[in-house]
Amino acid sequence: MKQKSLLLLAILGFSLLSGCSTMGVDAWEKDLLAKPEMALDEQPLTDALDDHIYFSKEASSGGRAYAGGGCGCN
Amino acid sequence: MKKNLLLKSALATATMTLIAGAAHAEEEQDRTAPASKEQTIGDWKFDAAFLFYSESDSRVSAIEPVFNANKRLDEDEYLNLKLTVDSLTGASPSGAVASDQPLTFTRPSGNASYTVNANEYPLDDTFKDTRAALAANWTFPVSDMTKAGLGANISKEYDYLSASINGNISYDFNNRNSTLFAGLSYAFDSIDPVGGAPIAFGRMQPVGDPQNKLSDTQDKDTLDLLLGITQVIDRESLFQFNYSYSMSDGYHNDPYKVLSVLDDQGNYFDDGIPVANVLFESRPDERTKHGLFGRYKRYVGGDILDVSYRYMTDDWEIDSHTVDFKYRFALDNGDYWQPHVRYYTQTQADFYQPYLRQDQPLPQFASSDYRLAEYDAITVGLEYGMKTAAGNQWRFSLEMYNQTPTEPEKYGALQQQTLLPDWNAVMLRVNYSF
Repeated sequence: MKQKSLLLLAILGFSLLSGCSTMGVDAWEKDLLAKPEMALDEQPLTDALDDHIYFSKEASSGGRAYAGGGCGCN
Repeated sequence: MKKNLLLKSALATATMTLIAGAAHAEEEQDRTAPASKEQTIGDWKFDAAFLFYSESDSRVSAIEPVFNANKRLDEDEYLNLKLTVDSLTGASPSGAVASDQPLTFTRPSGNASYTVNANEYPLDDTFKDTRAALAANWTFPVSDMTKAGLGANISKEYDYLSASINGNISYDFNNRNSTLFAGLSYAFDSIDPVGGAPIAFGRMQPVGDPQNKLSDTQDKDTLDLLLGITQVIDRESLFQFNYSYSMSDGYHNDPYKVLSVLDDQGNYFDDGIPVANVLFESRPDERTKHGLFGRYKRYVGGDILDVSYRYMTDDWEIDSHTVDFKYRFALDNGDYWQPHVRYYTQTQADFYQPYLRQDQPLPQFASSDYRLAEYDAITVGLEYGMKTAAGNQWRFSLEMYNQTPTEPEKYGALQQQTLLPDWNAVMLRVNYSF
């Protein structure tokens, strides 16, 4: 049941987003978004270190990137 | 006591680092902020990071150096190589409950034992491991609007080997204001626990006696799917939305975790065997997880707001919510301060049990791993970033993590004990990009 409602929510999320095709800016207005510190993967090493810590200490992992794994972390 | 000392020394180190950073910033106040180094075709770009992680009460300590090399092969084509080493020492909760009597446990090897004092939370101090991981990723353009990526990872530690491959594709549309992403990852893990993988619910045996363990290697397959969209909202902001699916099949037990068997008075049930009455845990051999993740990032007159929320649910009945908040305050000289707050909360797994009772039938699955219990966790941190005159970047960060579990139901003698104590960790990180 929960999985069904989650799937519905995901579909709703994506369809809302596709409604966003009117959003956005022209190429010459992307100066601020093009700054390296505005990139979503600005700090990949920090993100990976954090993901590894939380993967080892919490039951949930992933979401932002792959759920990861690959260790018998205590 | 020890915990306070540790926190104090970590704080002192971090303060010194930050003061040094501030002094450096002052010195170079009048210099204009150097631009980030442009990575031209054929250029390598390097990132190094070092993490020091330490838990309270002499639990786990880790040092983790990472080195990353990225080569720009062509206009939109990159090769990325990353090496991570992870060195751990310390003690980890065994899953057993504390008692008003000293408890003796056999070490995983079956060759030695250790004793936990009366009224002390049982930690297994056998724990020592070094892990090395190598990751390679190649991203390349497929067409004007489409990019793809292929990657492979391998991670090896004493008792665990993991290998994975992944592939992804992303498509820009709507004037490059929208990007759709789809990625798939497959991992194969091979597990050779010290002393062998315990038989589910096998009774811990004394040193010298045959242990309830299997000699063959255990394995696990994991398939991950990630679907996402990134959307530019306006000149200053964008958001990201991901759906993730993960399915794993195979050995999910923690081979070093046990459950106490208690009598109707809340004491260890005496079955005449001279080591604590504990059984090795038993988890399902499958797990399916779903996740929704949303993130919003905004440029605020030089500062940057970065917030995200994640909801995860799985068929072990663990639901979790994570909220993450970062705000980067830009300084005039190009340096920055970035406070960070993260809140996490999870429900317990349906088979989580802090202990077993002799007078009740054995369930199909049970684990007393604190990570499968119900708890809240909070991370608070501060990062300082600065650029050198050559355009290289330093980042220093200090974070504190605190986990507060919900204490499970207790009875009889157990009421004198804390089954799930709060714990803290300090994380100190240094990054250098050049």
